[in-house]
Amino acid sequence: MRWGVLQFPGSCDERDALHACGLSGEARLVWHEERDLGGVDAVVIPGGFSYGDYLRAGAIARFSPAMEAVAELAADGGPVLGICNGFQVLCEAGLLPGALLLNDELRFVCRQVELVDDAGERLSIPVKHGEGRYWAPQTMLDEIEAQGQVAFRYAPGQNPNGSARDIAGVRNEAGNVLGLMPHPEHAVDPLTGSTDGLRVFEAIAAARV
Amino acid sequence: MSAPAASSPHRELGLTDPEFELICEQLGRQPNRVELAMFSLLWSEHCAYKHSRKLLRRLPTEGERVVMGPGENAGAVDVGGGYAVAFKVESHNHPSAVEPFEGAATGVGGILRDVFALGARPIAILDSLRFGELGSVRSRHLLDGAVRGIGHYGNSIGVPTVGGEIYFEAPYEHNCLVNAMCVGLARQGDMVRAAAAGVGNAVVLIGASTGRDGIGGASVLASAELGEGDEAKRPTVQIGDPFEESKLLECCLEMLERGLLVSLQDLGAAGLTSSAGEMASAGGVGIDVDVTRVPLREADMEPFEIMVSESQERMLAVVEPERVPEVLAVCEKWQTGAAEVGAVTDSGRVRVLRGAETVGDVPVGALVDGCPLYDLAPTEPEGWIYGNEEVLAERVASAAGPGANPSDPAAILLALLASPSVASKRWAFEQYDSVVGSRTARRPESADAAVLAIPEAGGAIAVSIDGNGRRVACDPYAGTVEAVLECAQNLACAGAEPLGLTNCLNFGNPEKPAPAWQLDRAVAGLADACEALGVPVVGGNVSLYNEGPEGPIYPTPVVAMVGELPDPGGAAPSGFAGEGDAIAMLGPFAPSLPGSELSKLRGELDIGLPGPEVGAVAAACATVREAVRAGVLASAHDVSDGGLACALAEAAIGGGIGCRVDVQPLRDRGCSPEETLFGEGSGGFVVSGEREGLESLADDGIAVLVLGEVGGEAIEIAAGEGSVELPLAEAERAWRSLHALVESV
Amino acid sequence: MARARVLIRPKEGILDPQGKAVERALPALGFEGIEHVRVGRMVELEADDAERLPELCEKLLANPLIEDFEIESIDGGG
Repeated sequence: MRWGVLQFPGSCDERDALHACGLSGEARLVWHEERDLGGVDAVVIPGGFSYGDYLRAGAIARFSPAMEAVAELAADGGPVLGICNGFQVLCEAGLLPGALLLNDELRFVCRQVELVDDAGERLSIPVKHGEGRYWAPQTMLDEIEAQGQVAFRYAPGQNPNGSARDIAGVRNEAGNVLGLMPHPEHAVDPLTGSTDGLRVFEAIAAARV
Repeated sequence: MSAPAASSPHRELGLTDPEFELICEQLGRQPNRVELAMFSLLWSEHCAYKHSRKLLRRLPTEGERVVMGPGENAGAVDVGGGYAVAFKVESHNHPSAVEPFEGAATGVGGILRDVFALGARPIAILDSLRFGELGSVRSRHLLDGAVRGIGHYGNSIGVPTVGGEIYFEAPYEHNCLVNAMCVGLARQGDMVRAAAAGVGNAVVLIGASTGRDGIGGASVLASAELGEGDEAKRPTVQIGDPFEESKLLECCLEMLERGLLVSLQDLGAAGLTSSAGEMASAGGVGIDVDVTRVPLREADMEPFEIMVSESQERMLAVVEPERVPEVLAVCEKWQTGAAEVGAVTDSGRVRVLRGAETVGDVPVGALVDGCPLYDLAPTEPEGWIYGNEEVLAERVASAAGPGANPSDPAAILLALLASPSVASKRWAFEQYDSVVGSRTARRPESADAAVLAIPEAGGAIAVSIDGNGRRVACDPYAGTVEAVLECAQNLACAGAEPLGLTNCLNFGNPEKPAPAWQLDRAVAGLADACEALGVPVVGGNVSLYNEGPEGPIYPTPVVAMVGELPDPGGAAPSGFAGEGDAIAMLGPFAPSLPGSELSKLRGELDIGLPGPEVGAVAAACATVREAVRAGVLASAHDVSDGGLACALAEAAIGGGIGCRVDVQPLRDRGCSPEETLFGEGSGGFVVSGEREGLESLADDGIAVLVLGEVGGEAIEIAAGEGSVELPLAEAERAWRSLHALVESV
Repeated sequence: MARARVLIRPKEGILDPQGKAVERALPALGFEGIEHVRVGRMVELEADDAERLPELCEKLLANPLIEDFEIESIDGGG
């Protein structure tokens, strides 16, 4: 499995993502100006503050040459994983439904939270963001849920930002593009936290086989 | 030479008449406007350390692990494997009191630059903050702004904030303290010093464009009269941009890795003047700067403004001429500005040019080292010079209910746990990204020190930042020694051995006798403690003149240490780990009430502290450190604010399990029940683990008092007639009450 | 060159915590009777061709899913 991790000016977690991807394949950084993804099988758009979160988080990054290539990969059914700022970029790019807004308590929050995935399994993963409140119009939310596009929810009582219907991560209709606010790349090493994040990367790598 | 006029520019810029005359003497003439601006800043207390430099010479600065000592952008110690850890703490007190968000943010930005200027990639931030009591709207505003500012800058640039401390005391109401620390990692071969070298080499300004930030006082030199609406043109507040700094950081590290730079210096206080001056001084050379080549944010800036601007996110580099195109290319790649603005010369002077015209020309020596150094005139004050306010009854009512008795130890414990200086700071640290970089093995509040994995060097480091202004006010010498010991104790709990220390000395006006005495005694304490522990001081910062209408702040030396440990996974948690584990008090802890949090709440603060036994505490640190590394201790937590009862409560809350202890063994040292429960002082470790393991530690001649065991859902401390029994849930509620206090409008 | 100002606001019906925070803080500062505070963004620019401004707003300056925008012309002209 060959992973490509995008890097924008202002990305923060790209090296952490690179390391996490490397645990289930080979991984390399892809500079935002590259139009050619270099034959990677899957792309990760990492967390951080691409372009300083100027205008809106992810609003500028989504126009980069690398994102054009990512859109093509996604249209071809290739796996794309957007983490935190990456999730914001994917929503701005229209590759995922909805938008991420300011946390309802208006503060950045860094905290270990429990998530529930679409199989009902629990994962312990850290969140760290100031603009992670998932929102979409009610009709869109109904559609997303009906089509099984909700990939992760915050466990009851653990919603850190006021996200609609406790949604922490969503997929596109085709199921190959996944975005989530929590950081699985920070849950791959028992020394620094839980290892539940490995499952997220392994699931994508496994689906590839 | 005629006497200076009554309201002369030099006085408005903070220079005394004798200083002005000395400048004229060293120049051989009167300084022009540009030169006066440069001298006024480099000869200010902040840049020249005129009242503290003689004192600081007492500090021990050498050690076999020291790679860079005081005088460089930051200090650095050898951590093995060819790697060094660079670190420093700096204050940004005065700007934060004016605009806390930007003041704190730019404080973080500045200390980050000091570290990456050496070639070290920043891997952690810690911060030490002090405000007035939380009842004050102003203090809540400053706290909120400072925490947001630190979070904003650190989070955006992707460096984790892994530790810190926050205190609330009335003497800081007018003058808050914001001390920011950065820790970085470098390959020793990639490190670079600040000294400019190589006559004919280019001087390149990298980063953001230059505007009027921070010019403030120097605006009196403006050639145009300031009109009514012109205030906006002369901002005193610097505005930080972490996105700009993130690009600057990557750019600098790449250039250093590729060996493109001869030297590098960040632009901080006094901007281009201090960077150029200090680089030239360190290198024994001269520097020419052409202000017309400096990229400007505003069109009509005068040369003096360009030379003293404190616009953020800028670095100055010395580059061999043939490598300049590569340097510009790397800057282009990272979308950060770069301009060749001058050259290294052999003139021994800093020359400011405007194109072909020389608008300023001063000897480097005069600018950087010519400032006179002053002796203090210290006089010990009579008695306690700060206020006292009894608030215990109110705090007890608030924490334990209106019916609670302020003499009931359980109620006192709740009041102490709820006291903002003691309470959990989770409200603050959850606003900081503490995990980016994947090195954080111990997140805030999980252990007594932050622990960062350094797999490159095959091990890990632990970092702690500590201070207690109130206890230093009780006895500046003993209080400072205690601060150093506290830091060492925190590192010991993580299994770490100290490698080096950095400090920020926050004091009042050194020209007044009492603060002068406090500073003198504190530096003596710092020197003696570091000497006794064998920990070198590798750098630091001084912030003086922290005084308001009510008087000076508490004398507040803030110390931070970096230590090494072989296995980050072995760092002991502060919280109890297992039902049935034995709990012991380890170390020469001799608690007393003077200077304690309880004494403060009772309004009984006064001068005098029993001095700590440094040798015995150091030995206890060594024992705890070895025991942690050997896996003998399931948990380790040092006793500090609020005394033993608070330490036990914190360990219970942290572990989610209660405890049953009897403190009689400690009372046998001659302490009353109240002193035993709530007295403070150095040398106390609350440890837990298998009983035989704990008892075996006493063989080293170290005192180990087994007090009880971990278990249950309450904190039960038998202390004769002063016993405590408190449900764990209630203790936790009190300890986590800061959130509600801060968020209430 | 046409100078324009674009006002961007959160759509009605979306929780606007910034607006709420401002609204809540006002009485303490002595301002009563202020409601429905909404906090948005303002972008000023000069354009050769004002015709393409709506497209620019839709594509970049605002996110149409969550924001409404309004274009004001600063110096005369439509």
